[in-house]
Amino acid sequence: MRFSLANVALQALSHNSGWPEQWRNAEPKAAYDAVIIGAGGHGLATAYYLAKEHGLSNVAVLEKGWLGGGNTGRNTTIIRSNYLWEESAALYEHALKLWEGLSQELNYNVMYSPRGVMMLAHNTHDVQVGKRHVHANRLAGVDNEWLSPEEAKAFCPLLNVARDIRYPVVGAALQRRGGTARHDAVAWGYARAASARGVDIIQNCEATAIRRDASGAVSGVETTRGAIAAKKIGVVAAGHTSVVMAMAGVRMPLESYPLQALVSEPVKPMMPCVVMSNTIHAYMSQSDKGELVIGAGTDAYISYSQTGGLHIANHTLEAICELFPTVRRMRMLRNWGGIVDVTPDRSPIIGSTPVPGLYVNCGWGTGGFKATPGSGHVFAHTIARGEPHPLAAPFTLDRFRSGRLIDEAAAAAVAH
Amino acid sequence: MLLIACPYCGIERPEIEFRYGGEAHIARPADPSALTDGEWANFLYFRSNPKGVVAERWRHAFGCGRFFNCLRDTVSDKILAVYKAGEARPDLAADEAGRGA
Repeated sequence: MRFSLANVALQALSHNSGWPEQWRNAEPKAAYDAVIIGAGGHGLATAYYLAKEHGLSNVAVLEKGWLGGGNTGRNTTIIRSNYLWEESAALYEHALKLWEGLSQELNYNVMYSPRGVMMLAHNTHDVQVGKRHVHANRLAGVDNEWLSPEEAKAFCPLLNVARDIRYPVVGAALQRRGGTARHDAVAWGYARAASARGVDIIQNCEATAIRRDASGAVSGVETTRGAIAAKKIGVVAAGHTSVVMAMAGVRMPLESYPLQALVSEPVKPMMPCVVMSNTIHAYMSQSDKGELVIGAGTDAYISYSQTGGLHIANHTLEAICELFPTVRRMRMLRNWGGIVDVTPDRSPIIGSTPVPGLYVNCGWGTGGFKATPGSGHVFAHTIARGEPHPLAAPFTLDRFRSGRLIDEAAAAAVAH
Repeated sequence: MLLIACPYCGIERPEIEFRYGGEAHIARPADPSALTDGEWANFLYFRSNPKGVVAERWRHAFGCGRFFNCLRDTVSDKILAVYKAGEARPDLAADEAGRGA
């Protein structure tokens, strides 16, 4: 049933008892044309675009836990496309353009809110890097502008621009089209739309082995709910990519780190935009529920623990308290960690692997949420056609051999 | 925060005294120019990133300043062994068997 004014009114008359389930809770079949491992935003988007744009609907999305329960449900929902290099700006801008029409496309309100993302500069180096990003983005057709501290204050009145604090704000780069979206709704919206097109979403189904035939190509995947045959397998497993790829004997240029976030008690609207600071490792926005959503840095060491050291969150809160003195006495309700897969150049890996039929979409590191629609879109193309989408072509696994790295350490915005 | 026992200082100290040094036992190739691009990439970038026991380097930056190695479980973050740079990786399974006997 579509969401429309007429249906909302009609269902209201029957006390909203007539809404059907949003997606089928499918049982695994013996074989599919393609299997996606990982039902987060990227995996579900991949399945959706496989069905919608490439006519491939005999597809299963396997999820070891529950749909959207990994990094999709743990991130701080920031969307922007102000990356430095042409390859990255094109990829993230592709995603941003899809965000702009995503609620209509999926008939599901993903609550995309282009409220502006402002990245602060605190010293001369920050100013130079920030302005370089602004100029590079404008040349690439991506909106980004440079603000003085006073203009930054006007855009975000909560911001402390006093000159005598430890890290004074000396400027800021603002992407007005950046913003936030509702992370769960993105997973649910893609799941609903993919399921409606025939995709099977199979939860509580963990991949345990990847089968290969005599020629070395993939022939299927073994799971905790039985074996599933498939000629094409797409691994979209975020922090667990190294683990899943090891099942096919493929070593990856990835390291998995815990990344933390926390939210405050809910308050009335006070924070009109997203503010980020690379230098002092903090960013903050306000959810529509009223909670201040705060992102911290990664731990120093690799881990799969889905928790981070308290000193990392503490460090972030010190910075938040200095930048936003008005929040000093607020209480934090929850903090948590997600496991992010970080590449040496902080850019994702999207494409084929040395194993025929095995594709991988990973390495989004600390900032994959913003790319969700674009990532799924180009990865679906790559799987369906067996050759990379033009926007995904630079992001091969082979770039680590050829040396054509896409260094986005400065744009990734979280200290590693 | 981890508590790490530096094998040189012999005492447990909080993690913030240390700097992380990444995966251990990755030796720089003796003759780099003899390597293929793939082998060089494997040395530079590809890591085992295990879910389980990892051998990793730490440096006691705000203590003795020396590098050492550590075995840690990446699921529980529990430190299983620390040992000096240059020493072989301890065989945890053998230790376990020895204790059982």
